[in-house]
Amino acid sequence: MSQQDHAAGTAPPDRAVQAWISGLLSGPRLFWIGLFVVTWALSTWSFALYKALDARWIIRFPSAYELGLEDWISSFVSWLSDDLSFGLFTFRDVTRFLSALIEWPYDIVRSLLIDGFAVGQGQQAVEILPPLSWLAIIAIVVAIARYAKDWTLAALAGGCFAYLAIFGQWESAMVTLASVLIAVPIGVAGGLALGILAYRSAAFEGAIRPVLDLMQTVPVFAYLVPILVLFGFGPVSALIATVIYAMPPMVRITTVALQSVPEEVIEAGRMVGCRRGQLMRKVLIPTAMPSLMVGVNQVIMLTLNMVIIASMIGAGGLGFDVLSALRRLDIGGGIEAGVAIVVMAIALDRLSQAFAEQRLRPRPDPSLPIYRRYPIATVTLAIVVATTLAGLSVSGFRAYPASMTITTGTIWASGIEWINVNLFDAIDAVKTFLLTWLLLPVRQFFNGIPWAWGVIVTGLAAGRVGGWTLGLMAAAMMLFIAASGLWAKAMTTIYLTSVSVFLASLIGIPLGIWAGQNARANKVIGAIIDTLQTLPSFVYLIPVVMLFRVGDFSALIAVVLYALAPAVRYAALGIRTIDPELIEAGKVTGCTPRQLLWRVKLPLAAPSLLLGLNQTIMLALSMLVITALVGTRDLGQEVYIALTKADVGQGIVAGLSVAFLAIIADRVVNALARSSRERLGLK
Amino acid sequence: MARPVLLDCSGVWKVYGPNPTAFMKKFNDTPGDADLAEHGMIGAVRGASVQIGQGEIFVIMGLSGSGKSTLVRCLSRLVEPTAGSINFEGTDLLKMTDDELIQVRRKKMGMVFQHFALLPHLTVLQNAAFPLEVQGVDRATREARAMEMVEIVGLKGREGYYPRQLSGGQQQRVGIARSLVTEPDLWFLDEPFSALDPLIRREMQDEFLRLQSMLHKTIVFITHDFDEAIRLADRIAVMKDGRIEQTATPEELMTNPATPYVAEFTRHVPRSKVVRLRSIMSPGVTDAEVAGDLPGHLTVADAIDQIDGAPYPFRVVDENGVPLGTVDAEAAINVMVGRSG
Repeated sequence: MSQQDHAAGTAPPDRAVQAWISGLLSGPRLFWIGLFVVTWALSTWSFALYKALDARWIIRFPSAYELGLEDWISSFVSWLSDDLSFGLFTFRDVTRFLSALIEWPYDIVRSLLIDGFAVGQGQQAVEILPPLSWLAIIAIVVAIARYAKDWTLAALAGGCFAYLAIFGQWESAMVTLASVLIAVPIGVAGGLALGILAYRSAAFEGAIRPVLDLMQTVPVFAYLVPILVLFGFGPVSALIATVIYAMPPMVRITTVALQSVPEEVIEAGRMVGCRRGQLMRKVLIPTAMPSLMVGVNQVIMLTLNMVIIASMIGAGGLGFDVLSALRRLDIGGGIEAGVAIVVMAIALDRLSQAFAEQRLRPRPDPSLPIYRRYPIATVTLAIVVATTLAGLSVSGFRAYPASMTITTGTIWASGIEWINVNLFDAIDAVKTFLLTWLLLPVRQFFNGIPWAWGVIVTGLAAGRVGGWTLGLMAAAMMLFIAASGLWAKAMTTIYLTSVSVFLASLIGIPLGIWAGQNARANKVIGAIIDTLQTLPSFVYLIPVVMLFRVGDFSALIAVVLYALAPAVRYAALGIRTIDPELIEAGKVTGCTPRQLLWRVKLPLAAPSLLLGLNQTIMLALSMLVITALVGTRDLGQEVYIALTKADVGQGIVAGLSVAFLAIIADRVVNALARSSRERLGLK
Repeated sequence: MARPVLLDCSGVWKVYGPNPTAFMKKFNDTPGDADLAEHGMIGAVRGASVQIGQGEIFVIMGLSGSGKSTLVRCLSRLVEPTAGSINFEGTDLLKMTDDELIQVRRKKMGMVFQHFALLPHLTVLQNAAFPLEVQGVDRATREARAMEMVEIVGLKGREGYYPRQLSGGQQQRVGIARSLVTEPDLWFLDEPFSALDPLIRREMQDEFLRLQSMLHKTIVFITHDFDEAIRLADRIAVMKDGRIEQTATPEELMTNPATPYVAEFTRHVPRSKVVRLRSIMSPGVTDAEVAGDLPGHLTVADAIDQIDGAPYPFRVVDENGVPLGTVDAEAAINVMVGRSG
C-alpha cells in the first residue's frame, strides 16, 4: 500500500488496512506485539545503551552477585566421595559395593558373549568354557524372533546380526549388547517397582513426579559427570548412567498402565476374593501387559541410545568406535560403526515391538515329549551347544573369521569424498543462505537481549499463557540461569533450539498433514519416521559432520532430523482423529479441499499440533546438548567441558539450566494446548 | 411371601465430599438434602434399606446417577458405606476384617459386571476358573468345575477362546460362568445385559431365568430398564437421587405407585405385562364348567391367547394346584385394552 493509494483514497483496501491495524492493536494481540517490539528494540540497542550509560550490568550479569553454586556442589561431591563416613563404612565403600553388584553380572554376560570363562589371572588364566559362538548367538536371536512373531522377523533379526559379523563389527556390537542385556532388566524391574509404588500411594506419586520430570529434562551429559566422579571411568559407571536415563519412562508407563485398568476388572478381582498381592499379580499386571510391553520397548531403545553416549565414560563398544573415528576424522570407520548401531537398533526395536504386539496362543499339548512341544527351542539349543563346543578347537566357530570380513570403510570414505568434491558448491550455497538469512539474524536477536529484560519478558509471556504462578516460576528459572553466569550460552541454546524447531515444524507439519489425509503417504512416511526414531541420537552426528564439518549449521541439521518425528506424528494424528462428521459437515457446506483443510481440519488439529510442538522442543533440546560434540557454543558445550574436566558443579549447574529451559517450554506449550483444547470443547 | 432374609441392609448412606464420617455424625446419620448441599457433600446413596429374601430375584431399578450401582457396591462392600448396617446371613458385613471379607467373597458371593470385566490374557475356561485359582484350588479340579459352568452357560467348544474372540453376549456368558463357579449363595448382577443389543438382551434374560430355575440363587439385579425389571423381578426397588422411592412387587408398583416418579415409570408399561391372573380372578371355587387350569402367577399378557380362545373361563390355581378362583375372557380383555373393569 503506497502513499498515493492512500491519498487517492481507494476506499476498500484502505478500510481493510485500517481494520487490520486496529485488529492488531486491540485485544490480546497488542500484548504480544508490544512485548516483541520492546524486546527487539532492547536487543538491537543493548550494546549502545551499555556504552551510553557506561552500565556494563546491562549486558552482563554482575559477577559480584553470581551464585557460585558450582563450587559449592563440587566441594559437596568431593566431601561425599572422600570424607563422608557412616561409622562402620564410608560413602566410598557404598559406591564400591554398588559397582561390584553391577560389575558381577556384567562380567558374566561379557564372558558369555565375548571373552569366555577362565580360571586364574592374566598369563596363567586357563579357559574352561569358550564364549558363545557367533553362530549360536545368531541362532538364539532367530529363535526369539520366530517365537515373538514369525519367520519374516526371524530373517530380519538374523540378517541384522549376521551383518554385524560379516562387516567386522561383531566384538564391539557384543560389548554394546552386554551392556544392554544388563541395563534393561534393571531398568524394567526398577521402573516396574517404582511405578507400582506410585500407583498404590498418591503421596509417593506426588513425590516422584517432579524427580521424573527433572530426570527426563536434564541433559544426559550432566549426570554423567557426578557418576564419573563417584564411580570412576568404566563400564559400571556407564551402566549406572544408562539405567538412570532409561528408567523414568518405565515408571511413568507402569503407573499410567495400572491406572487405566478398567475399574470393573479390579472390582471383579476383589469380588472373587483376591488378596492385595494376587490382585496385582493376577489381575492388574496381566491386564496392563500390552502397555507395559510398550514401556519395555522404550527402556530397550533408551538403553541403547545411552549405552552409545556413555562410551564417553568408558562403556566401550560401538559408541566408542564412532567416537574415536569422529576424533580421528576417520570417515569410513565412523560410518561403518554408525551403520552397525542402526542395524542393532532396528533389530532390538522390531524384536521388542513384536513382543509388545504378541497375541496369546494356545499352550502346546502337554502329552507330547518336551522336544516336540518346543521344536525350535530344541534345535536352537543343539546349535548353541554344538557350535560353542566346536569353538574350543576351531577358531572359526568361536569368532567370525577375520579373513572373511568385508570392509566398507573405504567405499563410504570415497563416497563422502565424492559428495564433498562434486556437490560442495550446492551444499555450501544452502549453508550460506540459511546462515545469512536465518541463523545469524536470530542469533543476533537472542544474544542482544539484556538479561534483566530476558527474565522479565519470559515471566510476562509465561504468565500471560499459564497464569502468574507459571510466570513467576519461569522468571525465577531464567534468573537462576543469569545468576549462574550462563546467560550468553543459554541464549545460544535458545537460538539454536528455536531455529531448529522452526525448521522441523516447517518440514514436519506439512508431511504430517499429508500423511494424515493420504493412506499411502502415511505408510511410507510412517515407516521412515519410525526408523528415524529408533536411531540413537549419536548416529545423527556422523553424516552431518562428514558433510558439513563442525559448527552451528551441522548442529542445526542433526537437531532438525532428530526432532522431526513428533512434528510429523502429532500432525498426522491430529488430522486423523478429527470427528468424521465434522468433515462431512464441511463438505456438505460446500468447502473446497483447501477450505476444508484450513477452516475445518487445521483448527481442530491445533491441540495435537501443539503437543507435537512440545515434543519437538524437548527432543531438540536433548539433541542440542549432544551436538556440543560438533562444536556449538551453548549450554551443551558447557556440560561437555564439565564432563571432560570431571567438574561436577559446572556440569550440574549447566545441566539444570538446560532442564529449566525445557521445563519452561514444556509448561508454556502445554498450557497453550490445554486452553486450545478447552476452546474446542475437547477433553 | 415369607422368605427368610439373607441380606438385610438398613439406613445405608454413601456420602462423597470432605470428611464424610464427621459430617454424618454431625447430623446423626440422617442429614437432609439441604444439609448435604450446604456442606458441599454428594449423597450417592441416602438412607437405603432393603431386605432381600432367600431365593428371591431382587431388582434395583433407577436411571443413571440414581445411586443403584453405588448401592450394590455397598452391599458387596466394594465401596465402603459411610453409615448404616448390612447384615449378611446374620453377621454384620461392615464389621468384618479384610480376611473375613475375602473369605465371604470367595465362598458366598458372585458378581457379574456391565462390561463383563473378563481378564484379557486368560481363555474362557481360565476366566471361569479364576475365582478357584485365587483360592488355590489345583488346576485339574478347578478346570473341571469351570468346564461344567462353561457347559451350563452354553459355551461348550469355545473354552479355549480368548475374550476378544467372543461376541458381547458370549463374553457375558463367561462372566456369568465365572460368577457362579464357586456356587455362591448371593449373586450380584450389575446391569449385566445393558451393554448388549436388544435382541441378545432378550435372549440373555431368558437364559438368566432358565439358570435361576435350575439354581435358585438369591439375586440382586441392577438395571435401568423398567421392562427388564418387571420381566425378571420378584420385587423391585426404584431408586432416585440416592433414595429408594418404593420397594414392591412389579404388580404393586403398577397398581399402587407410592410417588409420582414411580407412577411416571409405570404409566407407559402395558398393565397386562404385569398384572397376574391371581389379581383379576373372581375368587371362590365354582363347579361351573372350566376350560382348564392356569397358574395364578402368570401375567395376563402371557395367558390372553388361551383365555380368549376358550369357550369357558379358566380356573386359577396356586403353585400346588389348589384352586383359587376363575378368570374369564372379559376380565382379561379389560386389562389388555386398559378398561377399568
